[in-house]
Amino acid sequence: MGNKRRVILWAVILPLSFPVWSQDQQANEIDALRSELVQLRVDYEERIKNLEHRLDLAEQKAEQATMEAAQATLAVREPAPAPAVVAERSVAVAGNAFNPALGVIFQGQAWAYDKNPEDYYIPGFPLGGEAGLAPEGLGLAETEININANVDDKFTAWLTVPLVLDDGKAGVEIEEAWVETLKLPAGLSLRMGRFFSNIGYLNSRHAHTWDFADQPLAYRAFLGSQYLDDGLQIRWLAPTDFYLELSGELLRGDRYPAGGAANSGFGSYTLAAHTGGDIGFSSSWLSGLSWLHGKSDGRESGPGNDPLVFFGDTDILIADFVWKWAPNGNSRQRNFKFQAEYLLRREDGEYVSSATLPSPWKTDQQGWYAQAIYQPWPRGRIGARIERLSSDKPLPVFTGTVLDPQGENPTRFSLMVDWSNSEFSRLRLQYNQDKSGVETDHQFALQYIYSIGAHGAHTF
Amino acid sequence: MKNRIVTAMVLCFAMQLPLNAAAALRIFACEPEWGALAHELGGKWVKVSVATNALQDPHYLEARPSLISKMRRADLVICTGSQLEIGWLPMLLTKANNPRVQPGSPGYFEAGNFVQHLEVPISVDRSQGDVHPQGNPHIQTDPRNILLVARALGERLVSLDSDHAGDYRSRLKQFITDWNAALVKWEAEARPLRGKRVVSHHKSWVYLENWLGLELVGTLEPVPGIPPTASHLSELLARLGDDGSGADFIIRSPYQSSKPSDWLSQRTGIPELMLPFTVGGSKQADDLYGLFDDTIKRLLEISK
Repeated sequence: MGNKRRVILWAVILPLSFPVWSQDQQANEIDALRSELVQLRVDYEERIKNLEHRLDLAEQKAEQATMEAAQATLAVREPAPAPAVVAERSVAVAGNAFNPALGVIFQGQAWAYDKNPEDYYIPGFPLGGEAGLAPEGLGLAETEININANVDDKFTAWLTVPLVLDDGKAGVEIEEAWVETLKLPAGLSLRMGRFFSNIGYLNSRHAHTWDFADQPLAYRAFLGSQYLDDGLQIRWLAPTDFYLELSGELLRGDRYPAGGAANSGFGSYTLAAHTGGDIGFSSSWLSGLSWLHGKSDGRESGPGNDPLVFFGDTDILIADFVWKWAPNGNSRQRNFKFQAEYLLRREDGEYVSSATLPSPWKTDQQGWYAQAIYQPWPRGRIGARIERLSSDKPLPVFTGTVLDPQGENPTRFSLMVDWSNSEFSRLRLQYNQDKSGVETDHQFALQYIYSIGAHGAHTF
Repeated sequence: MKNRIVTAMVLCFAMQLPLNAAAALRIFACEPEWGALAHELGGKWVKVSVATNALQDPHYLEARPSLISKMRRADLVICTGSQLEIGWLPMLLTKANNPRVQPGSPGYFEAGNFVQHLEVPISVDRSQGDVHPQGNPHIQTDPRNILLVARALGERLVSLDSDHAGDYRSRLKQFITDWNAALVKWEAEARPLRGKRVVSHHKSWVYLENWLGLELVGTLEPVPGIPPTASHLSELLARLGDDGSGADFIIRSPYQSSKPSDWLSQRTGIPELMLPFTVGGSKQADDLYGLFDDTIKRLLEISK
């Protein structure tokens, strides 16, 4: 094949080398032509060689493909199922093809306390919402079922259902249930339903993504662990190279730190701005400023059998900052995360309790935490957290009540170490030196977090 | 050290600036190979930003604020798909509020949809490790796949930006010609590699192995996505033999730790090497051609 082509080629090229020239002047031209021809010959030979080679390879591949095809036919032929079975199975597949992504998160923990956790309270900061200590001893924390799927081309939906044990009885809650737009223009999106508010950094994070087994004191004291409510959320992302997200929420206001669904069920609203970026290839940061305004209409907090009742306005300002580092941004091997938030709460209204008459209350309280997590090797992490609360001195009428900080500034220091075999499993050991209660408590926690099924991507 | 930080910062800043003021299409590429391909096919009509670099494991990335911003303005998102980016891409898509690039839109392109996958599991279970239901996602290690993806991507550019359709078509034609020529060259060069036995850190190169006729005899990871363990490595050592007769070389990517392969190499005498894995993975792998030139060169050098 190659030889034949070569012969044809030379049949074309050779006659070209015998033109009739008028001697001298054109000697140079002839030389030039000759060298061009030599070059041509070399070029063509190389091209022909390449072509031959490709042909060889193609032939080889074709052969291989035929063999593979033959083998494949053989392989396919063997387990040929009866047609009726195939038809039935295809019906079954069609029935569940649109099943949403389903995932379950298992969380279990064991807590050991020095002091009785039943007696725990933070002087000056009556707790509301779900903000108590976890029960002592072995126990199942929330088992969480997550279900999500696109509704159609314009909406997506999410459901989180925790299965909880309350006094030994199993119950189902709706933690999150929302739908969100996919196709709004201009960088907008709208979320409707029940969701964790977008304020601060930690508030919208699910418990299984926390770096410690418990929430920071400031979240426990001011947000009832996490602020969750029914309403609308609109987010706008700026069309800029740097990250800027603005969000606003209108909420029912039925949950701590609001309460009582004031204003006919439009009792609470939030505004938040978050910005962030990269520093080189190895570092990224995210920072935000958020404001929550809640109106309370008979909000209960403090001891369950003798609660304090609050009527009035609550404003919470949160500043948050997160910095993550990994060599070249490859967080798989080694990484570091620093996270800090500052919360300022102003309550303006009146408190009522069984011990006091309705008394005016206008107090500023503050809290902050800072934590650092380091992953020195692929599956292990260590972390430390330090935190503090402080409060204005309330009016003398509150002296001796739960609202009296007793001159103390609640603090806590925590250490944790965890091990993750894969991104779907985590085992954790944590120690708290807790000086937020009346007496210093030493607390130990063992925790596991496992996830099966679909597992949504995590936020930064 | 200081210089490196400054350089990195300058680079980062430069990446934020438009490469060409007249750029028509903003492209967000999940991995460097697709960014490089978009450059080849789009030329001056595209502005490409790449989410990961060659030193990052594309399975595990933080959904960083900067990436959300980039996706917010993208006209086209090019990713591998096959669930490679499942840990971060869905979050970026959710947070970016960009209807143009939602899956199903013309602005969302998964390279994996245009190639034949290897290692497609019959059933998946997480006890098998980080397996992907659609098959092994590291399709870019076979240059024939690059060609398949290039054809589809060229067409996508044409349909998204019809003003420059002629230009995209001629660039695609040129790329196909050049790439075919390069394929011939690579296949000829790599002929001595046929039948070589490979141990790899992760199953990162099954497509390359399939292309060049290499034989994968073991992985340093016990199951995909689980970091190498001492017990698994000793098992591997026993299987490969102290004399290193069980394999010809141990390969890993730039983002994988060299410790496990060092360990095994020292005990067996089997040579180890780092392969670029994607564009930017080595100095020579500065574009798609360089990626395969360098990969084959390194393999040939070590098997001498």
